[in-house]
Amino acid sequence: MTAALEAAECGKQVILVEKTPTLGGRTAQLYRYFPKMCHPTCGMEINLKRIKGNPNVRVMTMTEVTEVTGSRGNYAVTLKVAPRHVNENCTACGDCGKAVASEIADDYNYGLGKVKAAYLPHPMAYPQRYVIDPSIAGTAEGEAAKAACKYDAIDLGMKEESVQLTVGAVVWATGWRPYDANKIQPYGYDRYANVITSVEFERLADPHGPTGGKILRPGDGKEAKNIAFIQCAGSRDENHLRHCSRICCMASLKQTQYVREAWGDEGKSTVYYIDIRAIDRFEDFYQMVQKDATVSFVKSKVARIAENAANGNPVLHGVDTEGYHRYATEHDLVVLAVGMEPEVTGVKLPDDIILDSSNFIEGSKDGGMIGAGAASSPLDVNRAVQSATAASLKAIQVIHKTASTEAA
Amino acid sequence: MTNANQQAVARYKNNFLKEVEERVEEGDMVKMCMQCGVCAGSCPLGSAWEHSPQKIFMMIRAGKRDEVLQSDSMWMCTSCYNCIVRCPRQLPITHIMHGLANYAHRLGIAPKGQPTREFAKTFWNNLIKRGRTNELTLTLAHYFANGIGPGIKTALNMQKIGLGMVMAGRLNPMEIFGGHSVKDLKGFHAVLAKAKEIEDRKKGFAA
Repeated sequence: MTAALEAAECGKQVILVEKTPTLGGRTAQLYRYFPKMCHPTCGMEINLKRIKGNPNVRVMTMTEVTEVTGSRGNYAVTLKVAPRHVNENCTACGDCGKAVASEIADDYNYGLGKVKAAYLPHPMAYPQRYVIDPSIAGTAEGEAAKAACKYDAIDLGMKEESVQLTVGAVVWATGWRPYDANKIQPYGYDRYANVITSVEFERLADPHGPTGGKILRPGDGKEAKNIAFIQCAGSRDENHLRHCSRICCMASLKQTQYVREAWGDEGKSTVYYIDIRAIDRFEDFYQMVQKDATVSFVKSKVARIAENAANGNPVLHGVDTEGYHRYATEHDLVVLAVGMEPEVTGVKLPDDIILDSSNFIEGSKDGGMIGAGAASSPLDVNRAVQSATAASLKAIQVIHKTASTEAA
Repeated sequence: MTNANQQAVARYKNNFLKEVEERVEEGDMVKMCMQCGVCAGSCPLGSAWEHSPQKIFMMIRAGKRDEVLQSDSMWMCTSCYNCIVRCPRQLPITHIMHGLANYAHRLGIAPKGQPTREFAKTFWNNLIKRGRTNELTLTLAHYFANGIGPGIKTALNMQKIGLGMVMAGRLNPMEIFGGHSVKDLKGFHAVLAKAKEIEDRKKGFAA
């Protein structure tokens, strides 16, 4: 969003292509940001206002890039637009959702809950328009949704479309995805209900989440007051992600404060870590959390997790580095601070795109395609925005140089 | 007379890490350890070790030479390779443990009477004699390692299995007289001598 806006506000024509039905990506799925602990709603709102007010940006949601050919200054881009089955008449009144019974996994809540098959992705969604899931498009339920709509906004006949564009520069800002915790076999994410990921914990703490902001563990709905955070779940590991994902330490430190917010002095957070990397200027946040009596730190990468079958509590096994004590500690809930991977699944990247050893997008050799944000490096929101501005500047230069060459 | 241990102490002064890097198998990987503790936590025999692998790596860096080399911890390793599989830095932990044990053995300061060490010695001496392990003499040597009394007791306990193996043609009682050897025994011993020479040169044991 930032990359698109910076270029558009410099007078360039921008097409913002988004795979999902709404803008905002994973940022919109956070409860709060570190270090100021403010809500993403605020920054999102500013950016959405900028987008709405800028005629230079054209937003295409539910759209994927299928092919890019050409070179710096002259690219032919092929897009595939999936049918939303809802047109611009939609007022997000919600009548279609009420008319539909079947439910699908709620992506916004990382599948922790369900939504109706006619849904608004989340309260801040942009465009503020419902989506009819393809599973009901050709059914009686789809017809019921259409009948319920007072604004003639539902078009069940929408087909997948292919669109061709010619552009001068391409900014790849496909974002990131959490590392698949199922691959970390000893932690039992696939086996134990009360082992969850950090992104899921964001949803548990959020009032818009599946529990209405109450920290209840998925296994039995019990209040989770004694919570373990496991750092480097997938990161800094030759068997998983080789890189340090940079944000996870700060994310867990932030999340200990959700526990305090929810339970006060009764809450208990334990952070298991190799070393805390409070990147950049965030050391003071780390020190603030260290002073919090509800938070303790264990210098150890947890070796494995078992489950106490009697009460469903995960039991953490390992040996700490400060004294080499062997421990087997029980917690109500375990949060895996999963690493960041570049989101390139299903994206057919052009051949001349250079990826680093962890598949983050660096850009094309001729400079006409540029990686931005968390797709280019593991970055927090703040740094992703900085990276986007930098990428935008590079793209603007490509456009200027191409224009001056053509004029000459 | 200065023995191998005193020579090593003199050569490396207080730099035990350097000594390990140069003279212990895969010892140059020790510095790669980031002290996460997954090896210690994944080891099925972990609680039987006085010092876990992760602790041994730190002790090496801290120069605790005698505590490491005289410890029986490395001898506890059963080569299950769980630690290597799990190590986020892919340190060959199993190999380093055997390397340290072997190094301590060669210096003559490994713990006396440590069962793993004793069995390894028995096995090796049995093997090099004829180039094949003689299962009968190896088994008997193992049974009688703790004296005549326990040896007879164990042998009697195992009688049935032994007889069964004889009947099945898996154990030849005539092997007690020395047993059969590899085809080219002289060549086999030459290979071992050459290997030892190369190993000694690499690890700085050459005279």
